[in-house]
This record gives sequence, structure tokens and C-alpha cells, in this order.
Amino acid sequence: MASQSAEKLEHDKLAIEDIDVSDPTIFQKNRQGPIFARLRAEDPVHYCRESRYGPYWSVTRYQDIIAVDSNHQVFSSANATSLDETRAKGRGPNATPVGGFLGMDPPEHDTQRKIVSPALAPANLARFEHLIRERTRNALAGLPIGEEFDWAQTVSVELTMMMLATLLGVPFDERKQLKRWSDVIAGVPGDGVVESWEQRDSELKEMTRAFLTLRETRRMEEPSSDLLSMLAHSPVAQNMSDLEFASNVSILVVGGNDTTRNSMSAGILAFHDHPDQWAKLKANPALVDSAVPEIIRWHTPIMSQGRRATQDHELGGKVIRKGDKVMMWYVSGNRDESAIPDAGQFIIDRARPRQHLSFGFGIHRCLGNRLAEMQLRIFLEEILANDWARIEVTEPVGYALSSSVRGINRLRVRIHA
Amino acid sequence: MPKLVFIEANGAEHVVEAQADLSAMEVAVRFNINGIDGDCGGQAACATCHVFVDRPWMERVGKPSEHEVQMLELAEGAADNSRLACQVIVTPELDGLVLHMPAAQF
Repeated sequence: MASQSAEKLEHDKLAIEDIDVSDPTIFQKNRQGPIFARLRAEDPVHYCRESRYGPYWSVTRYQDIIAVDSNHQVFSSANATSLDETRAKGRGPNATPVGGFLGMDPPEHDTQRKIVSPALAPANLARFEHLIRERTRNALAGLPIGEEFDWAQTVSVELTMMMLATLLGVPFDERKQLKRWSDVIAGVPGDGVVESWEQRDSELKEMTRAFLTLRETRRMEEPSSDLLSMLAHSPVAQNMSDLEFASNVSILVVGGNDTTRNSMSAGILAFHDHPDQWAKLKANPALVDSAVPEIIRWHTPIMSQGRRATQDHELGGKVIRKGDKVMMWYVSGNRDESAIPDAGQFIIDRARPRQHLSFGFGIHRCLGNRLAEMQLRIFLEEILANDWARIEVTEPVGYALSSSVRGINRLRVRIHA
Repeated sequence: MPKLVFIEANGAEHVVEAQADLSAMEVAVRFNINGIDGDCGGQAACATCHVFVDRPWMERVGKPSEHEVQMLELAEGAADNSRLACQVIVTPELDGLVLHMPAAQF
């Protein structure tokens, strides 16, 4: 606790212009809350002159974030969605790009997004509900009672991988490999997963080869409703280069993995930290419907997204110049009291729980939002069906070293029957 | 007060008295009509209030803006009579307007 208050003081003492929220250790230590509260109050559209990634703007208030997110004419996504642009482009002339249509503007964005969007539409998802429930139930049934174990690896990773393998159409036995690829796509050197840009690229190339082989197989089969089949049979996707194909696969892998996995763990943590809300949910399981979006808001699994200004533009009294990098901090906007009443509280029966920024807004809004909500709803429903007294978190949580993905890599728990 | 008629994909009808100057999305949310979500709060930024305007009403309701068209492009099953309910403002002229809802919002 001593180091926590010392660090808090340190950030309070900084001149406002010296605040640099691109430092991933802030998020690893879960210290972002007071820093963003200060930015929202004192300098909501904030310019950082110097950082390891160069200069950038931070947009920290709810309404300003929606304004940027839904204005793709002024705020381009092309090679601009990450603070560290090397992550999207890779390093070197033949590097494998990641991010697919997430890092594109219209019209290419719309064309490529529409290839895969039918797989994630509610009508298609409904057909997976039974399977997800059965697998969730099985995974929970095998958990030890009264003994400590790691929920993040045992439950969250396992459930998310099973679903992703199913939806993508990847053979079920290869789901562990999917997790590795997801970590590598999201990774940067020094984060404990990736050692160097070269090693990362060689793994991405291995992923590309594996998916190209799967695509060949799918082309010879009848079209089905999984994502690989859609990519294999789409006339538009025929014209994609191997690298473009790999890039689009990467966004589906990482989009359906980290996000839901971490939200599942975050839900367990939130109910441990707020026993009154757990009691409320147990007493009234119908609250699952509003608890799900509240968990997604509370955790904010993707904390930020970047854009680049295509022209000079005024926002919150500041002039953003053409070519400037702009970061939207969803993790901050989701705590903005001026937009969300009692934003600093975890409340599972909020009046408008789905008004949050975690899925983004505008044309890049999360394609898998309804899938994520469905997975989390089934997850909570099946936990409640076990009628456990509570799930205790027994050790401090380890967060990922990232200013983008809010990863919970370890969540030691004990289930009380 | 103008009346609005929301018809769910399964045929269920909701007839409501709408306050003028609200958007059709706000009206639906106030009356708890399931299936109009309005996640972004009415800024044409999420496409979770997608509706199909009953054909005879299309001219009176008007055409979507360019921005709205771009969001509708990404909505499931969008057609030439698609609108985002948050961009349809209730006026006395729209008394009796019929809006059909998709099976689910994306």
C-alpha cells in the first residue's frame, strides 16, 4: 500500500503536460484510475509531446470519444489503431501485418468487414448457444471445490478457445495453438510473450501458413457458417493477398480471444470485490442481462484505440493538426461521471447498462459484441446454476503489461460450496 | 400526441403515444420496447436501433444522412427502407408511423 500512495502522489505532482499514459507499466500496476480522473477534470483532450511512441493526443471523456470514434472521415484508422504502430505493420519489408479491416478506412474496410459479419450476426450465433452452454457447464463441473486454482487459465482461457475454434472452424485439437497466436498478435517485445519483432513475425508466418492450408481444405468443402468457410468461399476474399488474408484472420483471432477471456476473469474479480452485487445477482438471476454489459464496462478489455487526423480539427477547445496521432481511452470514458452516473461503482442493475464505450462506436464498433455478451451471459448463468456460496480471489491480480489489452493473466481463486 | 407503431419481427405490435421532438429510438427505449437498444444514446454511432420504415411512410420520414447510410451499411439485413430510429424525429406529421423491427440488433 505504501508504494501505491507514493506512486499516486508522484502522478499528482506531475505538471499536466508531462503526463504520459502510453507507459504500459501504469496499467500493469492498475494505476490508471486517478491519472485519467485528473485528465478528465483538468485537460480532457491532452497532448503528450514526447513518448516512446512519439507525440500523441489523449481523448479521455465519454462524449469526446464517441465524437472521434464516429467520425472516420477526420480520424483515420489506417495504420493508426495502436500506440505502437510496429505492432500492426510489423518490422521489415516482408513483415506480416495484423489487424485486418480494423486498421482500414472505407471503402476497403466495409468490403472486408462484410465478408465475415454474417458469422457474428445474432441469427447465426443463436445456433451456437446450445453448444456453448454445454461446454461451459462441462468446464465448470470439473472445477475443484475448496482448493486454490488459477481461474484465468483453467476456465477463462479454455472456454474462450473452445468457442473461437468453433466459430472460426479450426480443428478443436488446435485450440491451444490459437491462444498462442492470439498472444503473439497482441504482443510486443518484452511483454513476456514476444521476445523480438523477428521472432513474433516468424510465429505470425507460421499462423498464416496454417490458416492458408485450412482455407484450401475449406474451398473444397461445401460452404458452412463458420468464419474460415466464409473467407474461403467469398468472391471478394478471393482477391486478397496471403498477407491480407492473414491480417484479417488475425483480427478475428485476437478479437474473439483476449476480450472475452479477460472479461470472464474480470467478472469473477468484480463479484469478489463487491460481495453486495454478488448477493444481489444470486437473489435475482434475471439480473444477468444487465450484469453482463456492466462487467464489460467495468473491465474495459480493450482500453484504447488510435486514429490519425486527416485534417485540422477542433476538439474540446484544442486544435488537433492533420497527421496527429489521437488515442481514445475507453478505459477513461467508461469512468466518466458526466456521462455515466456513479461510473466509479460496479452496479449490476444500472438503468442503461449498455451505454458504455468498451465496444467502440462508429463503423469500427466491435463485430463480436453480441457473441461476447452471449458467452458472458451463459458463463454467469451456468455459474449461478452451481449455486456456490462464492468464488474467492485469493491473491492480488496480475495485469498484462499493455496499454491496449487489459489482460488478467492470473486469477487465483477458491470456490466456496 | 402522435402515435407510433413498432412491429417486432414475430409480428407483435406496440402502439405508443410518442412525445414530439423525441427520436423514435428514445420513444422505444422509454416504453421498454425490446429489440431497440440504442447503445450509443442516439448519435447514429452504433446501429442498434435499426428499423424498417413501413413503405407508405418512406417519403414522409425522409432519407438518411450520408453518415447514417454508412452505419446502416454495416447493419444486418439493411434494405432501402432502413433507418436508424435515433435519427427519426417524431413530429405531428408522423402520427401513425409504422416501424418494423429486425429479428435482432447487431
